[in-house]
Amino acid sequence: MTESAKPKMKVSETEVAVEITNMAKWYGEFNVLKDINFKVMKGERIVIAGPSGSGKSTLIRCINRLEEHQQGHIVVNGIELTNDLKKIDEVRREVGMVFQHFNLFPHLTIMQNLTLAPIWVRKIPKAEAEETAMHYLERVKIPEQADKYPGQLSGGQQQRVAIARSLCMNPEIMLFDEPTSALDPEMIKEVLDVMVKLAEDGMTMLCVTHEMGFARQVANRVMFMDQGQIIEQNDPENFFDNPQHERTKLFLSQILH
Amino acid sequence: MSEEKVGSVAYVRKEIVKDLPPPPSTTGVIGWLRTNLFSSFGNIILTAIALYIVYSLASLVYEFAFANAIWEGTEGKDCRVPDAGACWPYIANRFNFFIYGFYPSEEYWRPNLVFAIGAVLLVALATPKIPGKMISGILFLFVFPVVTFFLLYGAGFTGLAEVPTEKWGGLMLTLVVATTGIVASFPLGVLLALGRRSNMPLVRSVCVVFIELWRGVPLITVLFMASVMLPLFLPAGTNFDKLVRALVGVTLFTAAYTAEVVRGGLQAIPKGQYEAADALGLNYVKATSLIILPQALKMVIPGIVNNSIGLFKDTTLVSIVGLFDLLGAVKAGTTTSTWSAPTVPVTGFFFAAIVFWIFTFTMSRYSQYMEKRLDTGHKN
Ligand SMILES: Nc1ncnc2c1ncn2[C@@H]1O[C@H](COP(=O)(O)OP(=O)(O)O)[C@@H](O)[C@H]1O
Ligand SMILES: [Mg+2]
Repeated sequence: MTESAKPKMKVSETEVAVEITNMAKWYGEFNVLKDINFKVMKGERIVIAGPSGSGKSTLIRCINRLEEHQQGHIVVNGIELTNDLKKIDEVRREVGMVFQHFNLFPHLTIMQNLTLAPIWVRKIPKAEAEETAMHYLERVKIPEQADKYPGQLSGGQQQRVAIARSLCMNPEIMLFDEPTSALDPEMIKEVLDVMVKLAEDGMTMLCVTHEMGFARQVANRVMFMDQGQIIEQNDPENFFDNPQHERTKLFLSQILH
Repeated sequence: MSEEKVGSVAYVRKEIVKDLPPPPSTTGVIGWLRTNLFSSFGNIILTAIALYIVYSLASLVYEFAFANAIWEGTEGKDCRVPDAGACWPYIANRFNFFIYGFYPSEEYWRPNLVFAIGAVLLVALATPKIPGKMISGILFLFVFPVVTFFLLYGAGFTGLAEVPTEKWGGLMLTLVVATTGIVASFPLGVLLALGRRSNMPLVRSVCVVFIELWRGVPLITVLFMASVMLPLFLPAGTNFDKLVRALVGVTLFTAAYTAEVVRGGLQAIPKGQYEAADALGLNYVKATSLIILPQALKMVIPGIVNNSIGLFKDTTLVSIVGLFDLLGAVKAGTTTSTWSAPTVPVTGFFFAAIVFWIFTFTMSRYSQYMEKRLDTGHKN
């Protein structure tokens, strides 16, 4: 399968979603990210893979400034991330994030989880926010759960709600940090299905995941990280079938058996 | 498993068995008694001992408060009979004093009106079915205190006779001190807790010092300092009302404790909640007020109520600075010559204990009810 075999997913030639140049980050003395350089065009679906502790989460959390980088530049949607809180808020409004452990707000109903940020951050009227929320709940196929609390839903349902919650802010870019790793096996597919659909609709996505089937089906690029560096990136076909780096080969042999 | 093996299986269940009710010995009254009270020989003995203790205590109280109690009389002499129980005429005779202290009797309608307004607002606030929580909340927190002050104190534009705070007393004073302390200390405590977890070193240090200072001092010292030493530091001529000084002391003292309880709740909120709020673009104030505090405060309801109950009882310490709360009023009454009888002090304290218990028990039950109501099935 080549890029042309995924005709539905268009990648912009000119519009840049995320651009990272010479970026580095430290936790104390520990150099967790080293010399990161890449560019993501609008409409791209990037899968980031790599062994545990290689810095994948840290990298995507830098993109919405949940973590601060100490060197280099991160430009998201044309806005450079600096200490300027206004800029940070602006970026966060355009970037949705889905976490491994869902992080839904347990004291609010599903509907309230979905409408909270649109109402308080985007200042959208409540009725309109609820309409949008219902639309996305239907898209993730759980409209009937709107009045329940997160604690009453299964893991797979909670993760789909978390995706819907991000979508309600109408983001330009979606970040996923191992969205299926905390799920029971039978629930993984329902979440991946939602993500595939999202990709088909043209969302710019950066996904940290070990779901290699998903990567083959959806990604247009796979990045491989090790020890805080991106050591290989390629289109999924070549990445899986023809890995270049020794570490990549080892990693793939471990996860694909 | 191979094909032949499957074929040779002798027994395969054709239909799924329906759920059966549990065996009767594990449910119902008998089942409960058996599992909880009589499950083993040791348990049977403990049950018997406990029942005996409960019975002895209950019969003691019954004899004192009912069987041997004196119900009629006009002075201490009537209660000075052998083996007498509670001296109830004393309570009846002094009832108004216990409730209002030295408040002039022709003005009793004023505290009564305050009690009534307070009760109505509290019921409106506490009953989930009654709508308009915002309005009743604002009325209770901001309007009610002002109304209370002008009603009780009078003077000025109200056209009511002035009743200086020295004349306030009894249950009325206890409620004023306790309610002010509980209500005013709460927002302050929350702010202190947030401040103690702030990223700004200066804010954090100020909060830590404040909390540790007040927590390190007994309330009785705080009250004493407020009433005796504070005037020494203030410029001569500034005359701060004794009650106000006590209220400020009680409020700041309680706020320090509330802050530590709330901090415990804040620490229990998973990091993911902050991150999700950040990622959605909520700023600090919105994330704190919409996501973090609602969860943290729900978690610390038992602690807050525990504090409030403690404070309610500690209001009795205001008698040290010459204020006549309920207990002070009861105590003062027992030393008058008309009511000198051996059972009079006991009766007075018994009465005070019951009144305190009714209030604190109500608080405790209500908090349990709220905890259940706010439970959304999420267990971390
Ligand atoms: N807050 C932190 N403080 C110090 N070290 C951290 C922190 N968060 C992560 N690390 C370290 O940074 C490295 C990369 O972590 P992470 O980005 O979570 O890796 P991955 O997501 O690829 O498993 C790990 O070695 C981890 O121990
Ligand atoms: Mg990770």
